[in-house]
Amino acid sequence: MNALLFILYLSFLSLPFMGIKGALWLLAVAYSAYIFFLLIKKSSKAIKAVKLPHVRLDTKILYALLLVLLLALPFGLKDYYIDVFILAGIYIILALGLNVVIGFSGLLNLGFAAFYAIGAYAFALLAVKAGLGFWGALPLSLLITTISGLILSFPALRLHGDYLAIVTLGFGEIIHLTLNNWDELTNGPNGISGIPMPSLFGFEIQRLSHYYYIVFMFVLIAVFIIRGVYNSRIGRAWLALKDDEMAAEAMGINTTKYKFLALSFGALWAGLAGTLFASKMMFISPESFTFMESVFIVCMVILGGAGSITGVITGSLLLIVLPEVLREFQLYRMLALGTGLVLMMVFRPQGLIGGRK
Amino acid sequence: MFFQQILNGITVGGVYALIALGYTMVYGILELINFAHGEIYMIGAYLGIIFIGIFTAIGLTEQSPLLAVLLSLTLSVIFCSAYGFAVEKLAYRPLRNAPKLSPLISAIGVSIFLQNYVMLSQGATDKVFPQLFETKGIEFLNLTITVLQIFIIVVSLLLMELLHLYVMKTRTGKAMRAVAQDKTMASLLGINIDWIISITFIIGSGLAAVAGFMVAMYYGLVNYSIGYIAGIKAFAAAVLGGIGSIPGAMLGGFILGIVESLAAGYLSSEYKDAYAFIILIIILLIKPRGLLGKSSGDRA
Repeated sequence: MNALLFILYLSFLSLPFMGIKGALWLLAVAYSAYIFFLLIKKSSKAIKAVKLPHVRLDTKILYALLLVLLLALPFGLKDYYIDVFILAGIYIILALGLNVVIGFSGLLNLGFAAFYAIGAYAFALLAVKAGLGFWGALPLSLLITTISGLILSFPALRLHGDYLAIVTLGFGEIIHLTLNNWDELTNGPNGISGIPMPSLFGFEIQRLSHYYYIVFMFVLIAVFIIRGVYNSRIGRAWLALKDDEMAAEAMGINTTKYKFLALSFGALWAGLAGTLFASKMMFISPESFTFMESVFIVCMVILGGAGSITGVITGSLLLIVLPEVLREFQLYRMLALGTGLVLMMVFRPQGLIGGRK
Repeated sequence: MFFQQILNGITVGGVYALIALGYTMVYGILELINFAHGEIYMIGAYLGIIFIGIFTAIGLTEQSPLLAVLLSLTLSVIFCSAYGFAVEKLAYRPLRNAPKLSPLISAIGVSIFLQNYVMLSQGATDKVFPQLFETKGIEFLNLTITVLQIFIIVVSLLLMELLHLYVMKTRTGKAMRAVAQDKTMASLLGINIDWIISITFIIGSGLAAVAGFMVAMYYGLVNYSIGYIAGIKAFAAAVLGGIGSIPGAMLGGFILGIVESLAAGYLSSEYKDAYAFIILIIILLIKPRGLLGKSSGDRA
C-alpha cells in the first residue's frame, strides 16, 4: 500500500481517541516525518549505511579512562544524580543477569522481576525480621534467589521459545500476586521498611557516594564473573543452545543442564540487584516488581544488544539516564519505549551494539 | 451458589473464548503469540464507550438504546479490525522471516505503545459505560441471570459458530487452513499469503472488539490496563484448549471462566488472577498440546 495513504489511514484510526484536532495533528506530524525521511534518503546514500560499526571497546586505555571517570563521578555531582547512577548500577546488574538468559542462551524470560523481587524480599526479611546485617543476609538472599531460579527451571526445561516466555511471565505474575496477598510474611501492599544499609569493615555507610562505590564494586564483580563464564566452556555451550538446540544436543551438549545453569545463574544476579535495591531504598513493596518492570529489563537487554555485555550496559544506562535528562517528556516515556522496541526489531534486531556471532 | 458461580463463569468464559480465538488463529498461521491482542480488546472496550458517548450526545441512545448499542458495537468492531490490520502490517510483517523471538518482542512493544496511547489520549482514570438496560435479573431455579449475561452468552456462541462455519465452509476459510498447514505450499498453490494473514488479524481483532465491548457493558468500567491481564488469560485459555485449534479456544475459554469463577468463590478471590497462570503452567507441563490440539512434535 502507498505509504502516504497508510499514514492517512492511521490518522483516521486515531480519530475516536484523539479527536479531530488530534488526528489532524498526527497527520501533519506523520507526513512531515515521512517527507523528512524521504529527503534524507535521497540526499545521501551514506545514510543507508546507518549500520553502526561493530563497537569493540576492549582497548585497555579506554577502559582505564572509563574506570577513573566512574570512580571520580560522585565528587562532581549532586546527590540527586548520584542517586540516578546508583539506580543505573543496580539495573546494569539486573540486565546483565537477564542477558545471560536472553542474550547468551536465547531463552526469553518475561518474569525476571520475580527474581529481583525474591532477592529484595529475601534480603529485607532476613535483615529486618531475622536481624542479620547486610553481609549476613546477602549470601543467603543470593542462595534463595538461585534456588528459586532452579525451581522455575523445572517447568521451563521442557519448553522453549515463546512458551517459555509465557511460563516465565506467569511465574512473575504469581510471585507478584503472592507478595501482594501473603500479608503475614510480606506485609502485603504496604511493603517492608527499615531495611539496613550495608556497612563496610565496621564503617557505616551514611553518604550516598559511599553507596555508589559499593554498587560500583558489585557491577565490576558482575561484569568480570559473567564475562569469565561467557568465555568458558559454559558460555560456548549456551551459545550453541541459542543457535540451534537440536544441533547442540547432537553435539553432546546436555541442554537440560545448561538451561538449568542459565536460568539460575541469571537469577543469581537478579538476587544481587534486588538486595542492593532493597538496602538502597530501605523500603520495598510489590509495586516495584510488576510485569512492566520485567519488560523494562528486557528492553534494556534488547535495545542495548542482547549477548553483548557492553551493549547491555549501554542499554541500561540509556534507559535510566535518558528519562532523567528528558524529564519534560516523562509522560511519553513508555510510548517511546514501545515504539523503540518495534523499530529496533524491524531495523536493527541485534541492538545498538550488536552481540558477537 | 454453585450453579450461580458456574453461570457467571460461563459468561466470563464466553468473553475469554472470543479473545482466545484471536490468539489461536494467529498462532495457527504465524506461530506468533500476538501479545498486542489484549490491547485490541481494550481498545474495543474504549471505542464502545466513545461511540456510545457520541450517540448519547446526538440523542440516539435515548430514542433507541438497542440501536445505539448495535451501532457502536459495529463501529468498534470495524475500527478494531482496522487496528489489527495496521498492527500486523507495521510490526509483524517486516519480521516474518526474522528469528522467532523478534516478532514476540515487537508484539510486546506494540502492546506497550497501544496501552500508553490510550492512556495519554483518554486519561488514566476509569471510564464508565452508561447503564442502558435493566440490570434486574431473571429468577430461574434459584439462579439469577441478567439480560446482559444472556446477551453475552448468546453473542459469543453465535460468533463462534459463525467463525467455525467461515473457516470450514468458505473459500477464504479453506485458504486459511492451508496457510496454517504449510505456508510455502499454500503460496505455490496461488494463495495470497499476505492477504490471508491480514484477514486472520482482521477477524481476530473484530472478535476481540466484541469481547471488549461486552465486558465494558457487563462491568460498566474500563481502564487502559485491562488488556494485559485479559490477554494473558485468553492466551491461557487458548493453550488449554490446544493452541491453533478453534474449537479448542472456545472450550478453553469456557473452562477457564468456570474454573476461575469457582475458585474465586470457594478458594480465595485474592488470587483470582493467578489461577489462569497455574492452569497454563500445569497444561504446558502435562499436556502441552492442550485438550483438543493436534499433535505436532516440536511445539512446546
